[in-house]
Amino acid sequence: MSLEESRKKLTQMPEMSLARAEALPHSLCPGCGIGTILNTFLRAMHELEEEGKLDSSKLVVISGIGCSGRISGFVKTDSMHTTHGRPVAFATGVKLARPELNVWAFGGDADLFQIGLNHTLQAARRNIDIKVVMVNNFNIAMTGGVPTVTTPPKAITKYTPRGWFERSFNIPKLMASAGATYVARWTTAHVFQLKQTFKKMALRKGFSFLEVVSQCPVLFGRYNKFRDPWSMVDYFMKMSRVVKGPQYLEEAAIEFGKPILVGEFVETEAPEYTETIYEAEGVVRK
Amino acid sequence: MKPGKYFESGAWAAAMGALASGATFFSYYPIEPATDIAEEMVRYGPKNGLLVFEAEDEISALGAAIGASWAGAKAFTSTSGPGFSLMQEHVSYAAMTETPVVLINGMREGPSTGQATKAAQQDVMQTKWGGHGDYEVIVYAPYNTQEMFDLTVKAFNQAERWRVPAMVMADKMTILLMEEVVIPEKVEVVNRKRPKVPPEQFEPFKPEEDLVPPMPRFGDGYRVHVTGVTHNEKGVPVSDDPWVHHKLVKRLCDKIRKNRDKIVEYEVFGDEDPEVLIFAYGFPARSAKEAIKLARSKGMKAALFRPKTLWPFPDKELKEIATKAKKVIVVEWNYGQMLNEVLKVVPEEKVSFVYRIGEIPIPPESILEEGGVRI
Repeated sequence: MSLEESRKKLTQMPEMSLARAEALPHSLCPGCGIGTILNTFLRAMHELEEEGKLDSSKLVVISGIGCSGRISGFVKTDSMHTTHGRPVAFATGVKLARPELNVWAFGGDADLFQIGLNHTLQAARRNIDIKVVMVNNFNIAMTGGVPTVTTPPKAITKYTPRGWFERSFNIPKLMASAGATYVARWTTAHVFQLKQTFKKMALRKGFSFLEVVSQCPVLFGRYNKFRDPWSMVDYFMKMSRVVKGPQYLEEAAIEFGKPILVGEFVETEAPEYTETIYEAEGVVRK
Repeated sequence: MKPGKYFESGAWAAAMGALASGATFFSYYPIEPATDIAEEMVRYGPKNGLLVFEAEDEISALGAAIGASWAGAKAFTSTSGPGFSLMQEHVSYAAMTETPVVLINGMREGPSTGQATKAAQQDVMQTKWGGHGDYEVIVYAPYNTQEMFDLTVKAFNQAERWRVPAMVMADKMTILLMEEVVIPEKVEVVNRKRPKVPPEQFEPFKPEEDLVPPMPRFGDGYRVHVTGVTHNEKGVPVSDDPWVHHKLVKRLCDKIRKNRDKIVEYEVFGDEDPEVLIFAYGFPARSAKEAIKLARSKGMKAALFRPKTLWPFPDKELKEIATKAKKVIVVEWNYGQMLNEVLKVVPEEKVSFVYRIGEIPIPPESILEEGGVRI
């Protein structure tokens, strides 16, 4: 199929109404999990629009740098491809300046939890209505498979041929302790749950956080005994254990050979920052 | 604020300038001496339609301001040396994405922490060369409280007009000093160009004749993609064709370079055909002005050349007046920064450099004496 035909085909799929066809060809490797995440996100937003619950012209998708940083470029909404680690900072400005916008920030593990950790935690602390999606592929892939804060202990990467000897973050626990009012985790094996979670996040008020455990077959999987993309997705499926509630946060760290806890860890309510600050400060909107 | 005469600080004047320009978003991380501006914004902002956001760091402060600008706000931030260094990646991003945004810098002594409560002029080269890549910014250097108002307004207007980061390079003295400032009856306000065609016909980075593309606002249906990656006129990232990059970056620079005559501002004080010319900007220009008065009172032909825009630099205007002078004295609160720009247009043998690295007053007599002028 030629490039023009691919673009045309994409625009003819109703459920892909929010895909940016001119962004093809995409920059992702064969078997990358980001395709699944984009697919479920675009479907979720399309469904909400069909249901009359969302106006996609008010949707803003912001991302950082890296493989997941490219996500904003594939979405046909107002979108912003920012600097490494800072999508949440930009998203905060967008939301504060125009509170009626539905603002999303996508990023990878390093983007949101290594170089940009501060912004992610601060936004959770403020409970600003931004929907943050972190794609956890266990490595910094775009620069060739460098380990990061979510790389499981002992993992082999091109940069850790003798294994990785740092500890990794327990992401859901970290976000919960920063004050996030919604914390969920699913994997790319959970497409229906992903779509439902995206829909829920879009309509929720307050800071929402989703970690998506995703396969990076080319730069992580093949160094760690996953022979192909499917064997990794299969592993996610087999190892996943669905839980609900904060009592599972302690065990939520991901390690090889141990269960991957998925589901909703936190769902609470707190005053939303944008609304609160406009009211408390008495900002007269022009 | 009502028009009229006030006795106020530079921080107050800058705040009033921002509000008069229609600013609706201000973000900051506390740092001396710029925090005084934040204090004024907190006091006067909300009732004038401006939201104040205290960010977690300066990286976030400028990132949020850029985001706010795309959401339709007139956005600005204030900082000082170390914070200004942290902001440089986002200055570069704002230049690449053609985001109107204003930075007010209260310069203090560096390198590093230096003397945090003392004034200096050590960030002036960083304004132009601080970020990565080729780009142009517009930079003002106020020298009194009145200019803290006037040049802040101009910074907003030029940022909106050309879609670039614009900066006001104040220092501790111009921020804290209290003196008379006049809020005029009418303030000229420039707003960014908006798309003139519906979304389906709109190409977000297609420039008009002045090399500046119209700018949509997030949430208005234009579905624009903003990216720091090299992009074509449709806003689609292009990572493989260096000619697309060449063409884009050339335009980003040319929109300022080719329009420099409309942007450049300076003051000449004294004789039109001076024997002695003093080049000074910002706070030390006040002492330089006194030196000119002193020299002229002794019968000498003398003039002050004071750039109000450091970038674009008024090089040809300086060259014209400097050609007539036998002696050109450059005065700075650093160890030679704008000096290099002067040396590009004035022969070295004419130039003497009078400097203090930081907040040490340079009396008018010392400028003349150290500059080799006998009165």
